[in-house]
Amino acid sequence: MGYSKELLDDLTAKAQQLRKDVIISIGVGVAGHVGGSCSAADLITALYFYKMKHDPKNPKMEDRDRLLLSKGHVAILQYAALAEAGYFPVDDLQHTKEIGFHLQGHPDVIKTPGIEAGTGSLGQGLSIGLGMALGQKLQGIDAKTYVLCGDGEIAEGQIWEAAMAAVNFKADNLVAIVDHNKLQANGRIEDRFDTLPLIPKWKGFGWNVIEIDGHNMEEILTALDEADTVKGVPTVIVANTVKGKGVSFAENVVGYHNGTLTEETYKQALEELSK
Amino acid sequence: MSRFTNQRTAYGTTLVELGKENKKIVVLDADLGGSTMGKLFEAEYPERHFECGIAEANMTSMAAGLAQTGLIPTTNSFAVFAGGRAFDQIRQTIAIGKLNVKVVGSSSGFSDFGDGATHQCVEDMAIFRAVPNMTVICPADANETVEATKAIIDHVGPVYMRLNRNDYENVTEEGKKFVIGEPSVLKEGTEVVVFACGVMVGMALEAAKALEGKVSVKVVNQATIKPMNTEAVNKLVEGCKGVVTAEEHNVMGGLGSAIAEAISKSCKPIEFVGAKDTFGCSGHNYKELLEYQGLTVENIVKAIEKIANL
Repeated sequence: MGYSKELLDDLTAKAQQLRKDVIISIGVGVAGHVGGSCSAADLITALYFYKMKHDPKNPKMEDRDRLLLSKGHVAILQYAALAEAGYFPVDDLQHTKEIGFHLQGHPDVIKTPGIEAGTGSLGQGLSIGLGMALGQKLQGIDAKTYVLCGDGEIAEGQIWEAAMAAVNFKADNLVAIVDHNKLQANGRIEDRFDTLPLIPKWKGFGWNVIEIDGHNMEEILTALDEADTVKGVPTVIVANTVKGKGVSFAENVVGYHNGTLTEETYKQALEELSK
Repeated sequence: MSRFTNQRTAYGTTLVELGKENKKIVVLDADLGGSTMGKLFEAEYPERHFECGIAEANMTSMAAGLAQTGLIPTTNSFAVFAGGRAFDQIRQTIAIGKLNVKVVGSSSGFSDFGDGATHQCVEDMAIFRAVPNMTVICPADANETVEATKAIIDHVGPVYMRLNRNDYENVTEEGKKFVIGEPSVLKEGTEVVVFACGVMVGMALEAAKALEGKVSVKVVNQATIKPMNTEAVNKLVEGCKGVVTAEEHNVMGGLGSAIAEAISKSCKPIEFVGAKDTFGCSGHNYKELLEYQGLTVENIVKAIEKIANL
């Protein structure tokens, strides 16, 4: 499928903007999930600014497509996307995690417009998304549910309960995206707890599997559009990504899973992302 | 003659009846629909019944997702699994988010007498009472289960309801509207007030009868464990010598604790009848197991006498 250069460039620039928003919302001296937010930024951008049918002025629109972060700790990335899309002011991002504020450390369905369900206890989002997809189908709502999972997160057994169930229920309006950035909180996945190989596992559970470069906008759009054409089974997009992508000192560095920025590194990150 | 003699059939049938008009109701089972009576809904509305397999965690999170599309899901399994295996899913997504999911713990207490400690549940009310945003219901009998089922479906928000597996006599009035949070006085009395829930309500009434002419006993059916109507409960104990609670649950954290908290300022003495911080065990029948666990009319009588003779 052909996508215009303009579209691809716009989306790539938007992804960089989300990364900058993430850095701004983390700020200086307080830990935040830099790594996983930056690895998934292109994927989330493609969903909110290309693929999903949604309305920032009407977050509860019945036939909206939905996105859930099963890896709820990158909520700041979703907040950045929601703010840039117009769900709430971009300035709000600077107040993330302030006491009483609507932007919590993990997604909060009551406090934040555009959040579809509370996640954060890992491994549960795919099941919640499956429920949404089946609810959409049952009520004749032509819409999809997308769930972003982490490659470390899928050590949780419930992911595989959901993987079985989604095939059992023929949930072809459910799309899982695995942000395959190869690192978990305490080290490389292969060194800490090996969830690999991913492709044979998902294939074995009966999913339609698409493997892409999760930083190549054209491949992302192609995969998301291809998922629409698959009937009878759910689709998983295994997106090969770089944890901390775009911030040189954070790329592939475990310490920035939930890292703290100094005045200096904060400035450097914003500069690099502005190039 | 009441329509139903056990809670699970009352519940399953009521869901079918409600489901005729209310197309939002969906029922989820984890391979125990034959016990939970989810099978009745499945037979009538197969498209609105989800057999989730032996995977309670996934079932519960799925229910959260279904609720977020405007449906009213009930998750069904034995209490020890519906609540126990899915505690985190209930807490994280359903309770924090105040989602409209009804978790129904079947075969609660010791009512699955044969299967032993692994399948009996003495801690569910304590667990869910401690979770913010949850409503916790324990109906007295089959009659009340019909009405409680209607009430929890009407109520918008997360509910945990525990049900009993076995046949026993109805003690509440058939067709009496169930109001969440409202204690129901089944017998008036002045000296000792007994608060009971579930199967223990009938036993409390028998205990009060056994003491007729000796102690004036008020029997309150406290089917709502949370939210506790503190004001109403305090009114009910005004002027009495003391209180007895009776529940098919650990004496820690359940009805007894809830009542003790509610009336703490009154400084009334309380006797707790329930499981004494012990797990269940297998028995050949329900009655035998309840007796072994000390959940008897005699023990309620003794508790009332203890308070009356202070």
